[in-house]
Amino acid sequence: MKILLFGITKDIIGDAQLVWELKEDQKTSNDLLDALKERYPELQKLRSIALAVNGEHADGSELIKQTDEIALIPPMSGG
Amino acid sequence: MIALKSTQEIDVNEITASVQSDACGAIDIFVGTVRNNFKGKNVSKLFFEAYEPMAISELTKIADQVKNQYQASKVSIVHALGDCKVGEIAVVIAVATPHRKASFDGCQYAIDTLKDTVPIWKKEFFEDGSHWVFSHP
Repeated sequence: MKILLFGITKDIIGDAQLVWELKEDQKTSNDLLDALKERYPELQKLRSIALAVNGEHADGSELIKQTDEIALIPPMSGG
Repeated sequence: MIALKSTQEIDVNEITASVQSDACGAIDIFVGTVRNNFKGKNVSKLFFEAYEPMAISELTKIADQVKNQYQASKVSIVHALGDCKVGEIAVVIAVATPHRKASFDGCQYAIDTLKDTVPIWKKEFFEDGSHWVFSHP
């Protein structure tokens, strides 16, 4: 699956999107986020880091499918 | 009107006109502009990027909340993308309500909520570098 990257997560991961192989134990959006934080420890230094699933802020419990549109959401700073 | 566009394309008069309603006696407009300093350092410009479809959807949710919670007839929110120089417009929010208090309150709710929920990111450029705002504690 592809994970969309914005803001500082692009700098941390080094691209505008990440190709990610979803593993058996990555069932929920929380599982996926934990795996991403383990793979890219710099994400843990951010003030906050979360996922969006299909264009909605994830609460952690969403069940993830290969076909979902996933985005990493670092601290937002609009306005 | 809910939109993301370059700062040069943001027209406050057009946004004001977009919320005008004969049933409303108040239009409150918030204009966010680029400040020339951050924690004592000179800011030369900002750069905004968005997760565009989600940003539009979150902005639409905010406009709907303002309509429901503040009896607003019409709400417009336009946010800049790309480069913004000092003094240029980053965001405009216009809220039309029958009476003035609700328009002030609704406009404040909209800008406060935008900062919390809309996937837009701001990079500040200084004379000696740049950073993504709020990224680190």
